Amino acid sequence: MTERTLLARRRPFTRAGARAAVWKLDGVLLVAVVALCVIGTLLVWSSTRTWAPGSTGLVKKHLLNVAIGLALSSAVAMLDYRLLRAYAPVIYAVTVIGLVLVLTPLGTEVNGSHSWIMLGGGFAIQPSEFAKLGLVLLLAMLLARPKEGTDRPRWLDVFLGALAAALAMGLVMLQPDLGTTLVMGVIFVGALAIGGVRKRLLIGLALAAVGGAAAVFYFELLEPYQLARLTAFIDPSTDPRGVGYNSTQSMIAIGSGGLFGKGLFDGGQTTGRFVPEQHTDFVFTVAGEEFGFLGSVTVVALLGVVLVRGLNIARLCDDRFGTLVAGGIVCWFAFQIFENIGMTVGIMPITGLPLPFVSYGGTATFANLIAVGLLQAIRMRDQAFT
Amino acid sequence: MTRMRTRLVVLHVLVLTLLAVLAVRLWQVQVVQGHEFVSAAAETRNRNVVVPAVRGQILDSSGRPLVRNRTALVVSVDRQQATRNPKVLQRLAEVLDRPVKTLEKRIRPCGPGVTRPCWTGSPYQPIPIDDRVSTREALTILERQEEFPGVTAEVQAVREYPGGRAGAQMLGYLQPVTEEELERRDGLKAGFSGVDLVGRDGLEATYDEELRGKPGLRKVQVDRLGKPIGVEQQVAPIPGDTLVTSIDARIQGFVEKAVHGAMKKAPRADGAAGVVLDAKTGRVIALASAPGYDPAVWAGGISEAEYQRLLSEKAGKPLVSRAIKGEFAPGSTFKVSSVAAMLRSGYPIKGTYGCPGAFMVGDRPFHNFRGIGLGTLTMHTALVKSCDTIFYKAAYEEWIRDGGLHAGPKAKERFAATARAFGFGSPTGIDIPGESAGRIPDRAWKKNLWAQTSAETCKRSRTGYPEVKSASRQAFLKRLAHENCVEGYLLRPGDAANFSIGQGDVLSTPLQLARAYAALVSDGKLRSPRIGWALVRPDGTLVKKIEVPVVGKLPVSPAERAYIKNALSQVASDGTAAGAFSGFPMDLVKIGGKTGTAEVYGKADTSWFASFAPTQNPKYVVVVMVSQGGMGGQTAAPAVREIYEGIYGIKGTEPVKPVTKLPTIAPDGTVQR
Repeated sequence: MTERTLLARRRPFTRAGARAAVWKLDGVLLVAVVALCVIGTLLVWSSTRTWAPGSTGLVKKHLLNVAIGLALSSAVAMLDYRLLRAYAPVIYAVTVIGLVLVLTPLGTEVNGSHSWIMLGGGFAIQPSEFAKLGLVLLLAMLLARPKEGTDRPRWLDVFLGALAAALAMGLVMLQPDLGTTLVMGVIFVGALAIGGVRKRLLIGLALAAVGGAAAVFYFELLEPYQLARLTAFIDPSTDPRGVGYNSTQSMIAIGSGGLFGKGLFDGGQTTGRFVPEQHTDFVFTVAGEEFGFLGSVTVVALLGVVLVRGLNIARLCDDRFGTLVAGGIVCWFAFQIFENIGMTVGIMPITGLPLPFVSYGGTATFANLIAVGLLQAIRMRDQAFT
Repeated sequence: MTRMRTRLVVLHVLVLTLLAVLAVRLWQVQVVQGHEFVSAAAETRNRNVVVPAVRGQILDSSGRPLVRNRTALVVSVDRQQATRNPKVLQRLAEVLDRPVKTLEKRIRPCGPGVTRPCWTGSPYQPIPIDDRVSTREALTILERQEEFPGVTAEVQAVREYPGGRAGAQMLGYLQPVTEEELERRDGLKAGFSGVDLVGRDGLEATYDEELRGKPGLRKVQVDRLGKPIGVEQQVAPIPGDTLVTSIDARIQGFVEKAVHGAMKKAPRADGAAGVVLDAKTGRVIALASAPGYDPAVWAGGISEAEYQRLLSEKAGKPLVSRAIKGEFAPGSTFKVSSVAAMLRSGYPIKGTYGCPGAFMVGDRPFHNFRGIGLGTLTMHTALVKSCDTIFYKAAYEEWIRDGGLHAGPKAKERFAATARAFGFGSPTGIDIPGESAGRIPDRAWKKNLWAQTSAETCKRSRTGYPEVKSASRQAFLKRLAHENCVEGYLLRPGDAANFSIGQGDVLSTPLQLARAYAALVSDGKLRSPRIGWALVRPDGTLVKKIEVPVVGKLPVSPAERAYIKNALSQVASDGTAAGAFSGFPMDLVKIGGKTGTAEVYGKADTSWFASFAPTQNPKYVVVVMVSQGGMGGQTAAPAVREIYEGIYGIKGTEPVKPVTKLPTIAPDGTVQR
């Protein structure tokens, strides 16, 4: 099995193979992602044009990020994803090394989190974004080999997977980056669920999560500011100028958009910069204010298309590894989308997570588009061999 | 693979549910509650910037400014933003070159246990922390708003006092308005920008509303940092009215100098006051109190040390105007009232009266000044030479006629009633706050006092004063307590005698005495003195002339008034003030008046001189009081002489031209003299 896979990887690099594969691209997924990138560019433009240097704000840099991301995405799509199965441990290891590096003096602190490595020239990378990808691949690799005669993963693999997830989550927690830690937790649970572990274990994990949350409160493991941010969403009015400020201002921006929105560049809350971090974590508020309910629901729908197409690709894939990779990516996106938009409309606590394809931010854009490339790669291979 | 497929279906359902939740929530927030957030958005984005009106000036009677405005660059801090981001204050401290601690103290709200410097105003108002900022510092702050959220630098008007310390207590001062005061005000209130001040004392307080003007409103759109990004609507502020007073800045200067000089000359003096009234109109021409202070200390917030100093006993409580708040026994200056009481009681105006060295009131001898007898005198001479025993006798006789110790309710109490008719014992109603009433100790007052103190004195009459060291003093105090306990409600004959010469429990403010003399030497009408003369718009149009209300009439006939005035006219040339006025050119202007030397238990005498000039047709009434200043002829009278020398230009200076007409203010605000 392994040998055949390794032999088969050469095929897409023949011209004929490549041509055949391109026709099998998931066009709907591609269109949805490109549309989201375009909308994201407009929103970043609108939210940065008033203060960032130059008349176009951070648009140029954002477009460059998207272009690089699309190029990486295409390259990944061309790869035989099964090759990645062999390299999954290496990729995981590299991303973990990145996570360790940010904690050393090489890393830089932004907004209270030690999440960045400055590359100079205004560029920086955020290893935790790639670490999500690494974790998806490693978990897929481990859980892709079932116990003899069953379709459940081996206990050893589950254990190794848990170790890998715990290591990555622990390192991210040290930055501290609560949002990414939660995303990784969801990826782990999602991969186990798709991988076919017993329901008992899943329920046990859910109970452990609840217990863990209780322990966090009880033993005060979180910084007070994190706890305050987490709980403020329940009633932002308790302290509208303090920790509830983000939540209040973000809901005012979205709510004031109404049904049709105020029009691009005409959002007063956006122009006045009332919502903090508006071009990154709170980019959805720009859509809410300037495009209204119709526009923001369109964004949700486009993101929904990405998720559903991803699930489709997972389901159609005949091979456990492919299904697990696609499923893991969907879990990652689904949680991140729900958490990000949910926090802007006051139904989720505030954590620092960008909205996939829309938010400004190089590393996140790269990682998200590479993940989409992986989905396309799985789809093309899948159809090429059946 | 079927198990994986099943699990994927579950995941599919879960994902669609989450998306549906988001869509429903968006519908809720944007469509159902949309309008609420639209108004919330307008609230956060639109700021009503209240543009403070320029406060009106306070001018003297010829249009010279007593209080004017100076434009200053003021740096203010929004407390809520500053406390959210402590680094802002740190950076601000560096720019302004001041310790952070001082800034922190300035912006904390005042409250129990929090003493000045602290912020007395509304917590939602920007707090001014420096009003002497250079343009360079202001620009640093304005250009780097990112580093200074909530900090503004803007041009504001700050009060300035060209006369320095002169009349500080009368002019009053400004302080940030408190929340309650702001709520009571009508119309626009400075919520966000600008500083609302309120007059806290003196003319600034009385004419606060008129001086304040009406603030304007600028509706602006602001960004998160409060930086304006556009103006939607603008209503210009209406500047406050100018208050023209009847104060003459030059005379005020003479009085300040005389009063402060008198305090320096008298070694034990702990306070002094000078009042100059226009005898004809009852308007105030000068009102001074020593010790004074520089009102500039209030501008831009006062420091704790400075504030404590102003309140301290050691500095002589310079905030307190002794002219209207100081209550002192008036001594012999009070005899004008007692003469009138004698005349009302039927003592003939042309009679002659014995002035022995001492008069027995009951079983106790009451002495003349230094116990010297002056033989037989007319009422005229009794006033000029300030004989006491004549008044003791008359007051004692009146007291007996009223029924003695156990007078009935119909007792006439002529001396007390006449004093009240002269305006003693109740506030004059001058147009500045905080005036004292003085005290007329009649029978009712005694009863009242006894009701309040008898419990304590009766207890003391039993227990004595074991905490007092000296045995003889212990015995004296115990006897006094016993006496007060048993018959403290009775007006004793000694009380009546003391009353007649302005001693004992009689208290008067310098202003009360001045207006009594003004009424006596002019038309006999008692007026409520006014400092404010007119309110004028900045362009010169008259808003309102402030009238001087007549509040009473002296119970003396014109002939009797003329007689008393005539007697007083001789005091400075031949009487008790002759020494103080020796060498004064009485042919140029003749000064009349009455000295007063009031004994105060445990302290040096209070020195008084109440005067008027010219004696023929009095224009000025000048009263000077020096607390613990010694004899009236020694301390107060020379100070009054100094004032007249200034007014009439006797020492070679230019004489003061009496002002009878309001100054004309041109539409551009300049004063034409």
